[in-house]
Amino acid sequence: MDFLQPVTWAEALEAKAAHPDAVPIAGGTDVMVGLNFGHLRPALLLDLTRIADLRDWQVADGAVRLGAGVSYARVISELGDRLPGLAMASRTIGSPQIRNRGTVAGNLATASPAGDAHPALLAAGSEVEVASARGTRRIPIDDFYTGVKRTAMDDDELIAAVHVAPPSGPQQYSKIGTRNAMVIAVAAFGLALHPDRRAVGTGIGSAAPTPRRAPAAEEFLAGELDSSGLWESRAELPEATIARFGELVAAAAAPIDDVRGSAPYRVHALSVMARRALSWAWADYRSANQEA
Amino acid sequence: MSTPTRTPTGAPEHLTGPGSGGVGDDAQRPDGVLKVRGEFAYGSDLWMEDMLWGVTLRSPHPYARIRSVDTSAALATPGVSAVLTSDDVPGEKVYGLELADQPVLALDVVRYQGEPVALVAADHPETARLAAARIHVDYDVLEPVTDARTALGHPTWNQVHDSTAEVTELSRESAHLHPEGNLVRHLKVRTGDPAPTADVVVVGEYEVGMQDQAFLGPEAGLAVPAEDGGVELHVATQWLHVDQKQICSALALPPEQVRLTLAGVGGAFGGREDLSMHVHACLLALRTGRPVKMSYNREESFFGHVHRHPATMRYEHGATRDGELVYVKAAIYFDGGAYASSTPAVVGNGGTMGIGPYVVPNVHVDCYGAYTNNPPCGAMRGFGSVQTAFAYESQMDALAAELDMDPVELRCRNAMEEGSATPTGQVIDSPAPVVELLRRLEAMPLPARSGDGEVDLRDMPGGVSNTTHGEGVRRGVGYAVAYKNVAFSEGYDDHSTARVRLEVVGGEPTATVHTAAAEVGQGLVTVEQQIARTELGVERVVVHPKDTSVGSAGSTSASRQTYVTGGAVKAACEKVREQLVARAERLVGRTVPDLRLAGGAVVSDSEDITVPLADLLGDDVLEETLEWRHRPTEAIDPETGQGFAHVQYAFSAHRAVVDVDTELGLVKVVEMACTQDVGKAINPQAVVGQIQGGTAQGLGLAVMEEILIQDGKVRNPSFTDYLIPTILDMPPMRIEVLEYADPHAPYGLRGVGEAPNISSGPAVLAAIRAATGLPLTRVPVRPEHITGT
Repeated sequence: MDFLQPVTWAEALEAKAAHPDAVPIAGGTDVMVGLNFGHLRPALLLDLTRIADLRDWQVADGAVRLGAGVSYARVISELGDRLPGLAMASRTIGSPQIRNRGTVAGNLATASPAGDAHPALLAAGSEVEVASARGTRRIPIDDFYTGVKRTAMDDDELIAAVHVAPPSGPQQYSKIGTRNAMVIAVAAFGLALHPDRRAVGTGIGSAAPTPRRAPAAEEFLAGELDSSGLWESRAELPEATIARFGELVAAAAAPIDDVRGSAPYRVHALSVMARRALSWAWADYRSANQEA
Repeated sequence: MSTPTRTPTGAPEHLTGPGSGGVGDDAQRPDGVLKVRGEFAYGSDLWMEDMLWGVTLRSPHPYARIRSVDTSAALATPGVSAVLTSDDVPGEKVYGLELADQPVLALDVVRYQGEPVALVAADHPETARLAAARIHVDYDVLEPVTDARTALGHPTWNQVHDSTAEVTELSRESAHLHPEGNLVRHLKVRTGDPAPTADVVVVGEYEVGMQDQAFLGPEAGLAVPAEDGGVELHVATQWLHVDQKQICSALALPPEQVRLTLAGVGGAFGGREDLSMHVHACLLALRTGRPVKMSYNREESFFGHVHRHPATMRYEHGATRDGELVYVKAAIYFDGGAYASSTPAVVGNGGTMGIGPYVVPNVHVDCYGAYTNNPPCGAMRGFGSVQTAFAYESQMDALAAELDMDPVELRCRNAMEEGSATPTGQVIDSPAPVVELLRRLEAMPLPARSGDGEVDLRDMPGGVSNTTHGEGVRRGVGYAVAYKNVAFSEGYDDHSTARVRLEVVGGEPTATVHTAAAEVGQGLVTVEQQIARTELGVERVVVHPKDTSVGSAGSTSASRQTYVTGGAVKAACEKVREQLVARAERLVGRTVPDLRLAGGAVVSDSEDITVPLADLLGDDVLEETLEWRHRPTEAIDPETGQGFAHVQYAFSAHRAVVDVDTELGLVKVVEMACTQDVGKAINPQAVVGQIQGGTAQGLGLAVMEEILIQDGKVRNPSFTDYLIPTILDMPPMRIEVLEYADPHAPYGLRGVGEAPNISSGPAVLAAIRAATGLPLTRVPVRPEHITGT
């Protein structure tokens, strides 16, 4: 196994162009497990940790451009206000050691349906900035996941950054695991209220071949909020609306039975998480009004 | 009558005294600093110049006939020094702790997924792994037998209902995995009326999943060929001499030529009592003439050691309206997996103690151990008693509910005490404070509920995963009490050997304690030092490396080493002390009745005598080696189970407080409280550590720890999916340690390590039942069991 350690982004893109089968490694929290257990035997490892630029984040046009090398720990400590949903998701990930090493871009590149960042990115609305020697493009998060551990990236591309829109309303994130920390998601749910667009964003994890949104639930809730004037009145949400939202989120899932949980449990848990997340987000929305 | 040596006993901090590192003090571990600093050398850290790496090719099938094995491509791989199969085993080709039924390397049949088939030694572990993948094994795959009751041909529970019907015929339907059939052991306990009746009867069926020891240091060792044609093996293990015996048998070498030294052990919990890489590394070293290291990774470790027996159990309890137990009938099935390992002894414990620490006049227990094609199961902390405790304590709660009686009150009303007879007819001849353990728990304050203020997610079921802010959460409290035999039972010649040397080094009297007792993390090395300090009155005590150049210490299991090896060290020290006193008396020229050893001198309290040991010894070295035995036990009657089976019992009780998110099925254990009688806390801090660790392991089995098996195959051989409790799962504990001396044991001590592992899980289960109102008859409890999805 060969090992390349570019120190500039241009070098990294050249290396990836020359060796499309090279496996990029950043935090190594997935790659090293694969290597240690013999599940992954790449001809070439492409170490991205020497590229200083990747470790930066900036705010551009109101959105956060999160460099591919930013760790979960830094998302929590530096971006809790700008990326609340993603920060909540980051808190659920692994142990402090894993959060110090692992990156959101690594989560995207692995594209496991159980990746913890995905539901938050889906709900908030994001774009993945990928680059190759040929140039740079942005892939909307909705188009990024194409199958189990497959993405819309080409073989010569690397993730440069993730662009996440700023929150115009409350965000929530919940994840089920069978212990109270350091656990792979059995099911996860991300929610973002977008009062600026009078829209609702959702994200479902670990309950379908890819992370996905629940469009029917989003449309239903946005419609209810609109038609009842709730965006403006910030009145209490009817119980029936919350319950229906939960049902529609659950209906969007297509889970399997596996060692971590049964398919019916995942569906059930999503409906509960969706209801609770909505009630918390709405309570935040209402109290934000009182403060204003 | 024994009295508590510390009354009232109390929280750990009250047991703690500064002391001088003797018996009863919180002496510091000699290996503690190294371990905390990451400088302690574990088995996986062993290394020698020019060593080779050994790897194991394992069967992917739970049950298959081997048509042929072709090793030519592996042998042709550059860097490979040897490829071995069963043909290369020079001695006995099968081994085992109790029955020699397990092939060193597969013969013509593999009986479980992961069974070793061939070995490779190469100059690099990756080369060895690549070469192993090039070994071609032609398997004729067979249908595995994956259920213990099916294996035994007992598809129904009829023997519980009809006590006169004995199941002796094994099914002709089920494949015989071993020539003698699929029954490893059937233990019967029969006492009292064979057909009792009672006012109130509760019947329950229970299931316990397969738990793993989950020690953090995987199997590892280094075999070094010796000039005398023998081999020296450095290995992380639990019982050097039983390893040596089995290795000698496989290698056809005498014990003098198979010398073992204990490597650093990263936890054991029973999982290192069977051989893993021991013979394999020796075979490769002897074949290649070079040192060979073998070190499993985490995944291989799941296939490299035995697990806790899964159990299915059916219990019937009969009681009077007043809550007095009239009878218990039980059928207990342990799935032993492909090879016997310690299944017979696990059946022994499960059967003889299978109704719990209660007095019951009429008992009818059938306890079976079966061969299947599941992973082999054997020793794990609690050893057959963990499984039955889930059943009998669940039954006590069910009976209490049926009687509309408080569950603690029902337990106290039927509790064993000193002088009670066990179902095996053994009169308990040392304190059995079951009632006090329970009442003390009851008297402890309950933890506060989460306040109305800001929610701290870490206190919630689901933790920082943010699944509830209190919605759906209900609290439950559950109690359980258990007992466990200490040391080896049923007539086994259970002994330990200690060599104690006293000499003057650099002007300071120095004791050296040499035993073969495995230090696996529990702190026996500390206890050995403490005993020598107390008995010899010296400060400096060196613990000699553990090896086979001294006689057997027996296994580091069954909560026995402080008792048995501690007893041996104490006795050897006493012999040394006799020599010192005799020397001192010769020096003063007369007999002084109260000479004792303290502060590095022989002293008398009645006379002004102080003879420094340095003066008394000069350049002499005093050394004593002796074998020490606890009082003998006896085999039980094969038809009735009656007999003096166990030398000592340990008692513990737990109260669990849980919060359950009843909508999501997630559990947060809020507090665990434990009371345990330890007879005498030799090292109070270590005692408390054992109680905390045992509690965590029991909690783990109750709510998360299970090796999932499907069609004989392990589905979760990793710490990603085999979950063990984290700090957010294991709550703070209240612990009260009682010290009622056992007059038969050294210092009055009781074995400590296992009892808290037994009572913890059933208390958690009871608390979850209390919170949810669900019957919950299987552990680990999964979210699906609570939500019904």
